[in-house]
Amino acid sequence: MALDQSFVGRTYPPTDPYEVGREKIREFAEAVGDANPAYTDPEAAKALGYADVIAPPTFVFSITFKAAGQVVQDPQLGLDYSRVVHGDQKFAYRRPVRAGDRLTVTSTIEAVKSMAGNDILDIRGEVHDESGEHVVTAWTKLVARAAEPADSVDATDGKA
Amino acid sequence: MTAKIAYDDVEVGTELPTQSFPVKRATLVQYAGASGDFNPIHWNEKFAKEVGLPDVIAHGMFTMAEAIRVVTDWTGDPGAVVGYGVRFTKPVVVPNDDQGAVIEVTGKVGAKLDDNTVRVDLTVTSGGLKVLGMSRAVVRLA
Repeated sequence: MALDQSFVGRTYPPTDPYEVGREKIREFAEAVGDANPAYTDPEAAKALGYADVIAPPTFVFSITFKAAGQVVQDPQLGLDYSRVVHGDQKFAYRRPVRAGDRLTVTSTIEAVKSMAGNDILDIRGEVHDESGEHVVTAWTKLVARAAEPADSVDATDGKA
Repeated sequence: MTAKIAYDDVEVGTELPTQSFPVKRATLVQYAGASGDFNPIHWNEKFAKEVGLPDVIAHGMFTMAEAIRVVTDWTGDPGAVVGYGVRFTKPVVVPNDDQGAVIEVTGKVGAKLDDNTVRVDLTVTSGGLKVLGMSRAVVRLA
């Protein structure tokens, strides 16, 4: 089903602040097997010039994707969420996310396309800290695959 | 910002140390918990096959997280990464055995840019297949 084109450019209200915790960063770093001390040792992070431990580059996705939920689950948009896969992902960092950050995400629909029966949705998430400073921008491309027998699935990361 | 690699010491073609990252079912369960992504295609074989996948697959974002380690290990300072993007082209299939899968990552400097930054082009494969496309990071060096 084709998505509602009038949604292009729509911006959703900022999310409630997400407070980044040291232990959550540690848990994430351990889950990806990354022993970089900047993620777990405040002294090592300070030696690099940061006020506290910093998060691995892709950590912020958990926050921006949750924020994008208000977009993909907007019933007026008409996205078939059960068939959604993650097409691509980009980040632009002003600075690394660090423990103690209280981050809000403002999501905007950048593009809505239909190609070969697939619905494609591009969402930009602008992440700001408590002082209003821009921290990182995340661009997420979601693809709702056309409903047909799955004989040649090249799905990547379904997010149903 | 204290990358341990100097801009003047690299050139287009400079290779980063290659790394291999093993991924087993337990890895995916752990990543699901840490990331909050509990999609059953990452832990439930029956469900994965019902939706047309060959088996349980790794989270795309897990693969993306592993690939950038080649860059952050090289720079020492993860905050040196100013941009990072990937396209998810093929799933990393993770069988339920002692072996699991392996994600292989190579990287090289693809371009020297302004402001002491370089573009690193990553090649990310599993089982000989490219699993990420257009996998690139922009990094600020010393």
